[in-house]
Amino acid sequence: MTIIQNHPETRTGTATAWTPICAHADLLPERGAAALVAGRQIAVFRTFDGRLFAVGNRDPFSGAYVISRGIVGTRGEEPVVSAPMHKQSFSLVTGMCLDDPATAIPTYPVRVHNGTVEVSVA
Amino acid sequence: MRIVVVGYGPTAHRLVESLTGRGFTGTITVLGEEPRHAYDRVALTSYLTGATLEDLTYPAPEGPATVRLAERVTEIDRDRRVVVTAGGHEEPYDVLVLATGSAPFVPPVPGAEHAFVYRTIDDLNAIRDAASGASAGVVVGGGLLGLEAADALRGLGLATHVVEMAPWLMPRQVDEGGGAVLRGHVERLGLSVHTGTGLNRIEPDKVVLADGTEIDAGVVVFSAGIRPRDELAFQAGLELGERGGIVVDDAMRTSDPAIYAIGECALVGGMVYGLVAPCFSMAEVAADRILGGEAVFTGGDLSAKLKLLGVDVASFGQLSGALDVTYMDPVAGVYKKLFISDDARTLLGGICVGDAGPYSLLRPMVGRELSASPSDLLFAGAGGAGLSGADFPDDAQVCSCNNVTKGQICTAIHELGLTDVAGVKKCTRAGTSCGSCVPALASILAAEGVALSKALCEHFEYSRPELFDIVRVRGITTFSQLITEHGRGRGCDICKPAVASILASLNGGHVLEGEQAALQDTNDHFLANLQKNGTYSVVPRIPGGEITPEKLIVIGEVARDFGLYTKITGGQRIDLLGARVEQLPKIWKRLVDAGFESGHAYGKALRTVKSCVGSTWCRYGVQDSVGMAIALELRYRGLRSPHKLKSAVSGCARECAEARSKDFGIIATENGWNLYVGGNGGFKPRHADLLASDLSDDELVRTIDRFLMFYIRTADRLQRTSAWVQAIGLDYLRDVIVGDSLGICADLDAAMERHVGGYFDEWRATLDDPDKLRRFVSFVNAPDTPDPSIVFETERDQIKPVLLEVTRA
Ligand code: SRM
Ligand SMILES: Cc1cc2nc3c(=O)[nH]c(=O)nc-3n(C[C@H](O)[C@H](O)[C@H](O)COP(=O)(O)OP(=O)(O)OC[C@H]3O[C@@H](n4cnc5c(N)ncnc54)[C@H](O)[C@@H]3O)c2cc1C
Ligand code: SF4
Ligand code: FES
Repeated sequence: MTIIQNHPETRTGTATAWTPICAHADLLPERGAAALVAGRQIAVFRTFDGRLFAVGNRDPFSGAYVISRGIVGTRGEEPVVSAPMHKQSFSLVTGMCLDDPATAIPTYPVRVHNGTVEVSVA
Repeated sequence: MRIVVVGYGPTAHRLVESLTGRGFTGTITVLGEEPRHAYDRVALTSYLTGATLEDLTYPAPEGPATVRLAERVTEIDRDRRVVVTAGGHEEPYDVLVLATGSAPFVPPVPGAEHAFVYRTIDDLNAIRDAASGASAGVVVGGGLLGLEAADALRGLGLATHVVEMAPWLMPRQVDEGGGAVLRGHVERLGLSVHTGTGLNRIEPDKVVLADGTEIDAGVVVFSAGIRPRDELAFQAGLELGERGGIVVDDAMRTSDPAIYAIGECALVGGMVYGLVAPCFSMAEVAADRILGGEAVFTGGDLSAKLKLLGVDVASFGQLSGALDVTYMDPVAGVYKKLFISDDARTLLGGICVGDAGPYSLLRPMVGRELSASPSDLLFAGAGGAGLSGADFPDDAQVCSCNNVTKGQICTAIHELGLTDVAGVKKCTRAGTSCGSCVPALASILAAEGVALSKALCEHFEYSRPELFDIVRVRGITTFSQLITEHGRGRGCDICKPAVASILASLNGGHVLEGEQAALQDTNDHFLANLQKNGTYSVVPRIPGGEITPEKLIVIGEVARDFGLYTKITGGQRIDLLGARVEQLPKIWKRLVDAGFESGHAYGKALRTVKSCVGSTWCRYGVQDSVGMAIALELRYRGLRSPHKLKSAVSGCARECAEARSKDFGIIATENGWNLYVGGNGGFKPRHADLLASDLSDDELVRTIDRFLMFYIRTADRLQRTSAWVQAIGLDYLRDVIVGDSLGICADLDAAMERHVGGYFDEWRATLDDPDKLRRFVSFVNAPDTPDPSIVFETERDQIKPVLLEVTRA
């Protein structure tokens, strides 16, 4: 079992409630998928090196829930997703919009547990 | 101080810019007779070949200037220091600047009132209107402007004649030998040349020459020289030259010290200058003087380069000299001559016909010692003899239009960290007028150690055509291999779709196969078009716009059953909008079962081949345009390319399918098909150029095959064929795909055969593949739940997305 987690601070938290999303194998490398968790839309991504990221699915620039359908890549060292509507890039690590640093999308803890991808929206 | 400027052409515009740029704080009032802002007259002809008025218009002056358009000044009252306009408006001045330019000379021949001149936007509009009802035209005057006008008439579809009084064309720029070579080029373009004869008279539909020759012509344009517009100065009693022109000193002052004259209306040092570069220098001198400076006008560069005809003609410096060296290749149509000092060391001037390559590199070297022997410079071309922008001394004038030296360019490059020609143009103004110095700018940038970036994005140093070759030659099949071996990082929304398109062009296969799925833009990833609320549209392919009633009914039923908004597109198809991702496969299934395939209204691929009804029904049609449009759409569907591809086929010259606005447009003739390429609607409309005429069905298809494959291999990312054809040149394109000058036609043909043979319906293939189908859900963890954010309201009996709240503008 591998645990790939990009939010080290949550590792110690005991109250984290994890919601299973899908099998790790269901996620295409370098592509996203949308999930509905407790009424919230989450975009989950698997990058080429196997890392996982979870961010909000809503594109703040268009208002549409489409971030999961964006192209995944890098800006410098930063893993990013570009919004499919008008191509602004968001950091998958921090959620910050690299083309407009005043804008950000939420990020969520994500992990693989027994081959299942889980996110926490608590 | 109140400055009043009469005339609002390029010179006046430059004066205002220069005054405000130097911090002038008084008031400036410009009175211009034309009803529009100052525009780039040098580029006037491009207005007939696709440029818009906005493209030509100079930026509005900043600072304290007031511009009054459509105001002709009719009187200068020097005692009261006011100018009076035709409308009776009075404008007081402390300093008056006349920048009234010049007017075309109209020779006093009988019937001259039927003729046009070629000077303003209004003139061009009038010519264009007249040409639409005519088949032939005559241009009187075979100089620089006359040939430009002739080429424009040719571009308007007229059989065009040029009449020149002198024994050869462009007598002011080239000598007899150059004139002979030039004539060959001009005739090869299809223009008829009559030299050594003048005009006897013009009749409503014909022109009679002095030697008795009669030419049928619906449009006659005079381009037989210009006359300074000095009528105001004359009325005001200012000193004029014997043959016209407002006399000024080297500070641009007229005989009244409160009045300056600049540009083509001024007579300075006994000369009237008819080129924009010296006019700009005069504007700079006047601006400096008005503000108390000491600048003087020291004469102007008379270098000139013929634009547009597709024939290079250029001359610079002195056109005579102690020694001259000539290089002539009548077969290739090249004539080059350099004039040098009698010690054979200093360059005095030169003439180039057929190859102006040496022009931008040699012109700045006039008056300087040669770096190579004159014959080397002529034979090898300046570049071949090792001469480049790097060799210019710092004070050499690189851009004569805007008087910019090499030193100024180098300083700008280093101080402002410029990295490309666009930056140099913006910051120094070099290269922004006639453009002939642009190659020199590039070589200076290169010599200053600035590599011109052609990089696609931060992940690849290469341009799209280079990446295409890398993928092709190395046989690369995945993005991962390409970026690991030839790039850096993990790609982005620019390079991934570009590489996806290259891989699809070369290797075929399903766009969602394996790793390729991750490269596609959302439209290609979901095989439909994303709309503003996150839904998609489906546009079933309707080849040629032909559809049976049964199929129309199916489209209606699908739209009704899935609750989709329905609209007829501009491409002769029907758009079904508002589908959620999980509905897409179900919609395709219904369409596939009824014999449709979903079509590409997305993707950089063939869109539609439109058609008119053609000879089957239309009483004018001469070929079956519908049948041809269907055949072409089926042949090229799915072809991935640098940008989208559109086509149309018209059944006769009435052109109801608007083929000439397409990337490749076909118009039926009595004998077959005419093929036009490089047309565009969209942002920058352009009419397609005729590539080949009277083709048989097979010849037509083969020529289009090669055109498309050559485009796919060599165009830049997101470069439509219109920009591509303009960049490589129509003649070159014809050489490559009709004459096989590169010997690649067999290869292009084979590539197209692979595409045609390998085509399959990618929507149906998706339906057949459970792995791919699994992606078509709104939520991975709730495949049956539709996206709750998608909500519609009703308008005109159909759905419409409810406006979404946007957090960031
Ligand atoms: C549906 C349609 C409008 C309509 O309701 O009629 C349309 C819709 C779109 N056009 Fe168009 N264009 C449509 C005909 C045209 C035409 C007319 C034609 O094809 O005869 C033109 C001008 C002709 C041309 O391309 O030269 C046209 C010029 C453009 C351009 C400007 C291209 C250019 O070179 O300047 C864009 C932007 C781009 O591609 O970068 C564009 C882009 C778009 C996009 C893809 C914008 C987008 O990203 O959302 C629109 C999405 C289509 C969709 O279904 O979601 N559309 N668009 C038409 C589809 C025709 C079809 O059946 O395929
Ligand atoms: C088709 C064409 C191609 C050319 N190509 C080149 C080229 O390749 N290279 C080159 O160096 N040069 C070229 N030229 C020449 C160049 O355009 C001129 O040198 C330049 O326009 C001169 O500018 P100007 O402002 O002095 O005069 P103009 O451009 O003639 O402007 C004068 C303005 O003053 C207005 N005016 C006149 N009298 C009055 C009045 N009484 N009241 C109010 N307004 C008045 C006129 O309407 C006009 O708008 C070309 C010219 C043409 C027509
Ligand atoms: S282009 Fe010609 S054949 Fe086609 S519909 Fe128009 S008139 Fe008829
Ligand atoms: S020489 Fe004309 S733009 Fe530079």
